[in-house]
Amino acid sequence: MARALINVPQKAKRGEIIEIKTLMSHPMETGFRPGMDGQLIPRDIIEKFVCTYNGEVVFSAQLYPAITANPFISFTTIATDSGTLVFSWTDNKGDTQVQTASIQVE
Amino acid sequence: MNRLVALWLVCAALPAAAQDARKSGFAFMGPDTQAMQTDDLANPGMLFVLEGDALWKAPVGASQKSCASCHGDAPQTMKGVAARYPDFDEATQAPIDLAGRIIQCRAERQGAAPPQREGHELLALTSYVAHQSRDLAIAPAQDARLASARAQGAALYSTRMGQLNFSCAQCHDDNAGGHLGAAPIPQAHPTGYPLYRLEWQALGSLQRRFRNCLSGMRAEPISAGSADAIALELFLMDRATGMKLETPAVRP
Amino acid sequence: MNTTRRQFSLLAAGASFALVTPARATPDSMKESIQAFTGGRPVTDGRIKFEISLLVENGNSVPLSVLVDSPMTKDNHVTRIGLFNEKNPMPDVAIFNLTPRSGRAQIATRMRLNDTQFITAIAEMSDGTYFSARSGVIVTMPACVEE
Ligand code: HEC
Ligand code: HEC
Repeated sequence: MARALINVPQKAKRGEIIEIKTLMSHPMETGFRPGMDGQLIPRDIIEKFVCTYNGEVVFSAQLYPAITANPFISFTTIATDSGTLVFSWTDNKGDTQVQTASIQVE
Repeated sequence: MNRLVALWLVCAALPAAAQDARKSGFAFMGPDTQAMQTDDLANPGMLFVLEGDALWKAPVGASQKSCASCHGDAPQTMKGVAARYPDFDEATQAPIDLAGRIIQCRAERQGAAPPQREGHELLALTSYVAHQSRDLAIAPAQDARLASARAQGAALYSTRMGQLNFSCAQCHDDNAGGHLGAAPIPQAHPTGYPLYRLEWQALGSLQRRFRNCLSGMRAEPISAGSADAIALELFLMDRATGMKLETPAVRP
Repeated sequence: MNTTRRQFSLLAAGASFALVTPARATPDSMKESIQAFTGGRPVTDGRIKFEISLLVENGNSVPLSVLVDSPMTKDNHVTRIGLFNEKNPMPDVAIFNLTPRSGRAQIATRMRLNDTQFITAIAEMSDGTYFSARSGVIVTMPACVEE
């Protein structure tokens, strides 16, 4: 169960700049914290965030341990055509979680 | 304690229209943290509500029933429930908190493993149920059988404890609005639970919050789900009668 | 399960403090990270509106936003925005890759701050120039944490 909150307007005017907010459920364990046994808790972070719009990358980000648990990322994109936005979050083990949203452009 | 109860009775006796000096912890936060709570798309607590929504609909356990199989559409059937809890449980003839009720349903009615207190699953379900009462006024259960536990909670609240010999009331009644270090001291109203505490980097219950204050007082922890914890919750909810629920709130 | 960061560090302090104390970013290592980002090219102050609270209640989650003055056309746009800090264990915070399809050079996120310090935002333009803005943040501690 991917747990992410995304706001993409269902409808937008062609050429309109839309603001997209994303919130992903993730501990963002830094790898710098010692655990019970005195050893560092292994790093477990989202390293890469990508947003494609009808297949083309419109925005991406590289994240480091300094980003908050349950990472929040907001950015803008131009509403060009009706279609699908795909959001993906990839962690440092290579696992990717994906969520999609559709938009109708008039 | 007498003074506190007297004070509190005075407050409770005031007509609703009179000035209410009670303030949610929300009012003591900075604008950034307030904005994080009020925007559902920026509130990390909403991730747990979202997960609770999925859990509500998923069949589990020996019964292969979901919460929805018995309770239907949560926005309708669970509306106002969290504003009333803790309530009296006929089965055990004792007060029960909302999380306790959900554990009971999961274990006994769904035939699934009982979820852990403060575990992810229980927090998600509890925040989902409590979220259905957001913006509703706290309206504690009126069952007379809750009175003794509520009085026990009131007593706990004003009892000095721990190595520092503090009571909850000393900070949250006598010094509310002041500061402890850099942190403002709120009035300890249980309006937002389960809530996302930035310090925890996660969602947590009111009873987890008690543990933080108790450790600050160098006092013995009160374990979650215990009679004392539920008594304290009963008292605080009663003290907050009429205040609006905010679940999932955000706190520093 | 319920053990927290502070408990962790206390226990660890008992066990083997030297082993687990992570290296910290320093103003110098931040400079290095910025050099890596810009390829050593000069950075000019300006063109960036960097919003972050001066005083934050909890360093675990500090909201910030960056808005760069740019027409965001094919020929003239912001390609990357980098965020850097001086005192967390690592100087890098995040790098955002923008495109002309962004429409506006604007991002927002939330970061962790170990301590009171300066944060730097750098924008890379499509013509290979760099602009920066800097902001100091004072981190206060919440009370009554889990110890
Ligand atoms: C020494 C002062 C002090 C004592 C004693 C104390 N607290 Fe607190 N409490 C605080 C402070 C300060 C905060 C806010 C913490 C922060 O934001 O960092 C707080 C927060 C709370 C909250 C959170 C309110 C909200 O808005 O969510 C609750 C509930 C609470 N305390 C209950 C209690 C109870 C119950 C006791 C007694 C068992 C108690 N406190 C004892 C100082 C105290
Ligand atoms: C097999 C049917 C059944 C299932 C499945 C079930 N419940 Fe219940 N639930 C009940 C019954 C019956 C009661 C009333 C218990 C009582 O009053 O003693 C109840 C009571 C409750 C209450 C208290 C309502 C109130 O007004 O006091 C809550 C909250 C609740 N359930 C949540 C849940 C959740 C969450 C789930 C899924 C994890 C769930 N239930 C699954 C039958 C069910």
